Amino acid sequence: MARVRGLWDRYRSASPVTIALLALVLGLVVGAVIIIATTPEILNAWRGAFHSWGAPGHALKVTFDNVGAAYRSIVTGSIVDPPQFWHSVTTGRGWTASLTPLSETLTYAIPLVIASIAVGITFQTGLFNIGANGQAILGGVAGVAVATLVHLPMVLHLPLTLLAGIAGGVVGGAIPGLLKAYTGAHEVIVTLMFNYVASYFMLFCLLSTPLQLPNQTNAISRTMPGGTQLAPLFGTASGLRVNYGIVVALAVTVFAIWLLDRSSIGFEFRVTGANPHAARASGINARRTLVTSFLISGGLAGLAGVTWVAGTTHYIDQNFLQGSAGIGFTAITVSLLGRNRPIGIVWGSLLFAALEVGGSNMQANTGIPYDLATVIQSAIVIFVATPVLVKEIFRLRTLRAESIKVATAGWGS
Amino acid sequence: MRLELRGITKKFGSLTANDRIDLVVEPGQIHCLLGENGAGKSTLMNVLFGLLQADEGEILIDGEPVRLANSGDAVRRGIGMVHQHFMLVPVFSVAENVVLGFEPTRSLDRLDYARAREDIRSVSREFGLEVDPDVTVESLPIGLQQRVEIIKALGHDAQLLILDEPTAVLTPQEADALMAIMRSLTATGKSILFISHKLKEVRHVSDVITVIRAGRVIGTVPPTASENELAAMMVGREVSLVVDKTAAAPREPVLEVRDLVVRDDRGLAVVDGVSLAVRAGEIVALAGVQGNGQTELVEAITGLRHVESGSVLLGGRDVTNRSPREILDAGLGHIPEDRQRDGAVLSMSVADNLVLNTPRRAPFARHGTRNLRAVRDNAETQVESFDVRTSSVDAPLSSLSGGNQQKVIVARELSRPLEALVASQPTRGLDVGSIEYVHREIVRVRDEGHAVLIVSSELDEVMALGDRVAVMFQGRITGVVDPSTSREDVGLLMTGSTPAESR
Repeated sequence: MARVRGLWDRYRSASPVTIALLALVLGLVVGAVIIIATTPEILNAWRGAFHSWGAPGHALKVTFDNVGAAYRSIVTGSIVDPPQFWHSVTTGRGWTASLTPLSETLTYAIPLVIASIAVGITFQTGLFNIGANGQAILGGVAGVAVATLVHLPMVLHLPLTLLAGIAGGVVGGAIPGLLKAYTGAHEVIVTLMFNYVASYFMLFCLLSTPLQLPNQTNAISRTMPGGTQLAPLFGTASGLRVNYGIVVALAVTVFAIWLLDRSSIGFEFRVTGANPHAARASGINARRTLVTSFLISGGLAGLAGVTWVAGTTHYIDQNFLQGSAGIGFTAITVSLLGRNRPIGIVWGSLLFAALEVGGSNMQANTGIPYDLATVIQSAIVIFVATPVLVKEIFRLRTLRAESIKVATAGWGS
Repeated sequence: MRLELRGITKKFGSLTANDRIDLVVEPGQIHCLLGENGAGKSTLMNVLFGLLQADEGEILIDGEPVRLANSGDAVRRGIGMVHQHFMLVPVFSVAENVVLGFEPTRSLDRLDYARAREDIRSVSREFGLEVDPDVTVESLPIGLQQRVEIIKALGHDAQLLILDEPTAVLTPQEADALMAIMRSLTATGKSILFISHKLKEVRHVSDVITVIRAGRVIGTVPPTASENELAAMMVGREVSLVVDKTAAAPREPVLEVRDLVVRDDRGLAVVDGVSLAVRAGEIVALAGVQGNGQTELVEAITGLRHVESGSVLLGGRDVTNRSPREILDAGLGHIPEDRQRDGAVLSMSVADNLVLNTPRRAPFARHGTRNLRAVRDNAETQVESFDVRTSSVDAPLSSLSGGNQQKVIVARELSRPLEALVASQPTRGLDVGSIEYVHREIVRVRDEGHAVLIVSSELDEVMALGDRVAVMFQGRITGVVDPSTSREDVGLLMTGSTPAESR
């Protein structure tokens, strides 16, 4: 009993984790409302609901059936489909189909974790890196260039490819960092616009001689040789796309935990982010701190880009990280969801990846557009960003100071 | 307007900022609220202006109880407030600032500047508040900006004006002008509630003085009360501040500035050729009305502001225009004037704040990795020896009281290897117990043979703590005197005139 009481108290004290979980619940509620309002079958059932006995019950059932089917297909499409899984366990066959949902979620989460940590590091320094997508593109281009144009044994070639990705991102991070440090240019504007520069630079490369696939007029690169690819974790024969990029993502997470929680430079990042005046008075070199933060962030964003190519497509075309595939933009919201902390970001990435992957499955199964997943993602972030609202809805007690602390420092500084 | 406060009580957590305060302001009266920093004056004014809600008690205007849920209510009831920090838009003109929020308009929602200007002129004429409606506020000196705030309040037809420490930022001449304005306002029947902790001006201008201490009304007295009586009521003991210290044994100069010229953000030479030497084993107290260049002088010494010409020497080394990091490492301790802005990170833990400017120094870090155990051990030791009241060293600094936050900063600065200590307003806003504590620590630093420079606008503190008192006025040192010099003579130096005896 005391244990239940303890859990209840923890729930009511509104920790950041509680807020995030409740935001997920509210996001799903918002999604359900949209499903109800846009599915003709449900609306028709409710239209007839008050004409005869039993009809309201029928309408409720139709509603639950439809919303349930949609959410069920998100879960079965992104984590596991229990009947299929049971079939594999009992017959020993169909493992590829059973594990594909989880494999896809992890595959998508790999670059998202890395890119979100990249963004989170600048947020912790009080800076906005809206250009992670452009930096990831540069990383992907640089990685593909080194992979396809240099010939080396694999032990050297793969690390060099990943390093090239980091280097490409570092260039992308250095531009806004140096511009802000030495001219005061606002990093939001510079990074935001830089995304376009990166996209068109990529297009230029894809249409130019060394990188473009020979005898092609389309914007498409050569394919990375096998020795530079991040191989599937369970072998090519498994049919599962989850790859050794997962090792890269874990390494980046460990690095970020060290950087933010244990390193001196990370301490200086956080002091600068929380109070730039005190940082300066404490002898922290503001210019160096912001440039370093941007270099690390850019480098990680570039690594996210190259990890995605090397782990999945092995070539890039003009759609690389464009539109809804722009993980560098999703990373901004994931970072906010994870409160800019590495472990929070890992959970946030898994959730967003699952919604992304499950959303496609939902569209295939129920006809509800994939975009609903994006709506749910956005709603979750809005609720996470307004903990006071979540607290009111769920009647939580006082917010802990850390829960209502705005996730990032101001724009003006 | 007759204003009456009955039994106002306001609590912040365990702290009772106002404890059953009763106060009556009669029409046409200048009523002064006198008390030390942290006595609860500003809280009371915020309650009165609707910015805070009292936990208990009521506010009566002309005998009628009123509820002031926000400052808009207060303005409608005829209460105007001039904040210590002005609430003006710097890039707007005087006229635009005055009408802000209550803009007169012509058809199609066009602003009626002609009427705004005319309103300002009529208010100016009526009360002798001359100011050009068309200049931008940022181009005006502080005294005139304050005047704009007063016009703004009067423009909303205020019958009771609250002036929150209005002279803290003014030159003596500007302060005199303000007193004259206050008189002309009360002559027309308006009432003024005047907040201050400066005894002289309070006695000079008030009709009635109410003294509060630690959130309670200690007494209401006429302005004929002597300064000593008022001081005793304010601090709760006969002699306001006694610092228990032996005679200084000064040795060689450690912290020196020579012909220093420093410009402020507007490009004015606010430190204009200052030379001053602080010797090992002595406390030099820098006195002066706020805003005479003390802040910029300290910023220049600590590397936070560019030195135009002249030099700063620390332990014989030239540290002019070096980075704050180099100056800290050269052994300068700094207790900043605005501790929450420059001295601490409120959202971080007590332990982290205790190593805020030494995060890379052994044993707190090795090869770029922090040693969290060493940081924690250090925090446990400091919290113990400096008697910081906190639930844990991991608690965020924001959970501590102002006095304990200051103790954390003092502990951090005094536990580093020091050559010299610069402390700006080290006891501002602290309770009496913390003040004594900070003073004892500063004297201890001196007795260990370090050079100490104290900057304070509290004359009592300057006289009690300093072994020598340097007085600053308009960017220059107008005199360096012995602390036994009379307060009147130091006061004269603070206004730029030379007392007869200081030859």
